[in-house]
Amino acid sequence: MAADTLLERITDYANRPNPYPLYAELREAGPVVPQADGSYLIGTYHEITALLHDPRISADPRSRGETMHEPPFLRLDDPEHHRLRTLAMRPFGPPHSPGRIDAMRGEIARITEELLTAFEAGRQVDIVDDFAYPLPVTVICRLLGVPREDEPLFRAWSDAVVASADVTPEDDSTERDRTGEQARIEMGQYLVDLAEQRRGRPSDDMLSAFVNEPDPALRLSRAELAETAVLLLIAGHETTVNLITNGVLTLLRHPGHLDQLRRKPGLLPQAVEELLRYEPPVHMRERIPLADMDVAGTTIPQGTPVVLVLASGNRDPKRFQDPDRFDPTRPDNQHLGFGSGIHLCYGAPLARIEAQAALGALIPRLGTARLVQDPPPYRQNAMLRGPRHLPIHI
Amino acid sequence: MAGDLREGRIVVVGASLAGLRAAETLREEGFTGSLTVVGDEPCPPYDRPPLSKQVLLGQVAADTTGLPMRRNPEAEWRLGVRATGLDPMGKRVLLADGDALPYDRLLIATGTRARPWPHPEEAALDGVFTLRTRDDAAGLAERLAAGPRRVLVIGAGFTGSEIASACRERGLDVTVTERGPAPLVGALGGTLAKLAAAMQRNHGVDLRCGVTVTALRGDSSGRFTGADLSDGSRVEADVCVVALGAVRNVEWLADSGLAAGPRGIACDAGCRAFTMYGIVTDDVFVAGDVSRFPHPLFGYQMLSLEHWGNAVAQAEVAAHNMVSPGPLRRPHLALPTFWSSQFGLNIKSVGVPTFSDHVVIAQGSLETRRLAMVYGYQGRVTAAVTVDMAKSLEYYQHLIETAAPFPPASGAADRPLAAEIPVPSDVPDPKGLSHGPTVALTGYLPDRRLTMVQPAG
Repeated sequence: MAADTLLERITDYANRPNPYPLYAELREAGPVVPQADGSYLIGTYHEITALLHDPRISADPRSRGETMHEPPFLRLDDPEHHRLRTLAMRPFGPPHSPGRIDAMRGEIARITEELLTAFEAGRQVDIVDDFAYPLPVTVICRLLGVPREDEPLFRAWSDAVVASADVTPEDDSTERDRTGEQARIEMGQYLVDLAEQRRGRPSDDMLSAFVNEPDPALRLSRAELAETAVLLLIAGHETTVNLITNGVLTLLRHPGHLDQLRRKPGLLPQAVEELLRYEPPVHMRERIPLADMDVAGTTIPQGTPVVLVLASGNRDPKRFQDPDRFDPTRPDNQHLGFGSGIHLCYGAPLARIEAQAALGALIPRLGTARLVQDPPPYRQNAMLRGPRHLPIHI
Repeated sequence: MAGDLREGRIVVVGASLAGLRAAETLREEGFTGSLTVVGDEPCPPYDRPPLSKQVLLGQVAADTTGLPMRRNPEAEWRLGVRATGLDPMGKRVLLADGDALPYDRLLIATGTRARPWPHPEEAALDGVFTLRTRDDAAGLAERLAAGPRRVLVIGAGFTGSEIASACRERGLDVTVTERGPAPLVGALGGTLAKLAAAMQRNHGVDLRCGVTVTALRGDSSGRFTGADLSDGSRVEADVCVVALGAVRNVEWLADSGLAAGPRGIACDAGCRAFTMYGIVTDDVFVAGDVSRFPHPLFGYQMLSLEHWGNAVAQAEVAAHNMVSPGPLRRPHLALPTFWSSQFGLNIKSVGVPTFSDHVVIAQGSLETRRLAMVYGYQGRVTAAVTVDMAKSLEYYQHLIETAAPFPPASGAADRPLAAEIPVPSDVPDPKGLSHGPTVALTGYLPDRRLTMVQPAG
């Protein structure tokens, strides 16, 4: 089949359970593969990392003429990106809040245990609904200062925003984009309202920190606060749920490694890194060149969308030995699971802790567990890929 | 052949970063023979970058910077004893305690020491420090914690600038003297040096450039009280830090026949030492600050680098080559990189900034104190330095590795107009600086520092 329809086939829901043969086809078709819709696909590790570090490549959808009001920092270029990301980092990580995430370890472990006490042996559970989704949602709600009971409310908004951010080659996404934009506005309003309730009455959460910043030069505008808070709330759980679920699925498919981790829990951090390589939550990112760019001998014209298939780069045999093998002890594992360059995942430290805690607590209980359905039903989204449900019998 | 190289006796002289990483790598590469590591300090290997930063700030104690081990190198540690000589015919390392260690292969990783103040009686004044070892850092940190009225730092290279930064962060008055025109100018050239000078002054450093210290003064009880400067002025201070660069620890090799001199021990790209006749040895290897090695990206000039990353990378290559037969040996081609943190700025460099004729600010600006400066030599990119923009460094590293044209292609979202106008890189002759160069180009220098001799007619 023609390589210029690869993006169509990758995004075809029928290929969601296993897009990896298509990624292999993509890498064989060359480092730069033009698509029928005018975009370019790139699935080789070295070209992806070079582009992720190239200051001439834009993450801003407005760089190709799309209209979007005030994108979040994930979709901005420097210097605006740097300013907003730095402000968002102040209450989250070093140097201003160095212990913030580490201090949540105990709470994350407690939430994990709470969820797991509901698991009874001999029963069927859904890893997604009963565990992998509620864990990061609860954590990000605590961290931001969002009431956990509002979850049904923001879940609908979140679904709409994430759907509009998917990579799709098809023609008419106008309606989906409009719904997504509307959801972003409503969700932003909701989060700004929550933050405003804490103005002058600081509590120990990030929304509170944002509105109570004493230095006027370091304050987010209302619109910036809305975009940033929406981004943090959505990115804070939409990806981690897939990381944990993909982890459980992968381990149940590799009982030898599951057993190895049960015996040697010290391997867990390395195993999580391998999961981020082998079954990453984020499969693709879209970028737009700000100038005509030569990539491995092909000139990509300014303003043309380039889809970087991170999950394919993670399986590039030119970078990783025996890339289709899941190996929790893999050395030199500089995967693209968190991207790279200036947009390197902001939440990576939290995601790592959550995945390590979740899998660490779950693994001892997976002794006789088996998958009820393999492959499980997947979510629609091709960019944020993961199972919609993962029923297992324990 | 390969089997033989994994056995036998290996001696590593130097028990710091390069020595430790080499020892670990030897075991990782399957060396099963006897391994002895000699170090003149009594303590196990420790990390130096924190000594001029966190230790002086009082954030960590000097004796807590021990280097983590990747694996147990299963070595015999001969610590607290100095190597005094090398007998290359008898294949023995002579030690200060009279012992002689026989070897089949030797790795020299003796590094550098702080360049002392040239007048020993002035250097001996109470309150006069250099900063290289853990003990130096502990002593200086203690004095800084005691709250001196003023600290004098002689030399505004990286170490001197980091010390000044730590002093200001502790709220101490500090004077910095530098013979060159600005701090860091020897490593980064004129444009960034202007930013460094502005940062120091903005942070309240009394920065004196274009002057030298002519004498250190003490009181009758031998306590340092101040210094005389070449411009006739005088600085009253309780503490003085001499930050005049480093001296390579090569004296013990004086009779060894190796090509060992003030710039280090010359070796090939595979870390094998040269003899004084330029003949490569096959049983003596060199790694880390004490080495000089040719680099193809910089005209095969012999580089001597005082960089943490180089010590690690070169030690790994040296160790690999020590246990590998010829065709399996690797060259040490890593790009030089270093970082510094001072006055709230993160400075990172890749390539060799002094190997340049022009520079541009390719991203950001001096005004925002956030920028990427790119260095070019004869129309190709040879180095880049970022200030608070470290995530951009990898892009420029790729440009250097691929000899990309200079100035770099336009199109970056945060590229200033100034990026289209390269200016001279303004790297001064190292001879005019207080501090020694942390990167020395010891072969021919870029044109503008070359004397061209052309036949008449």
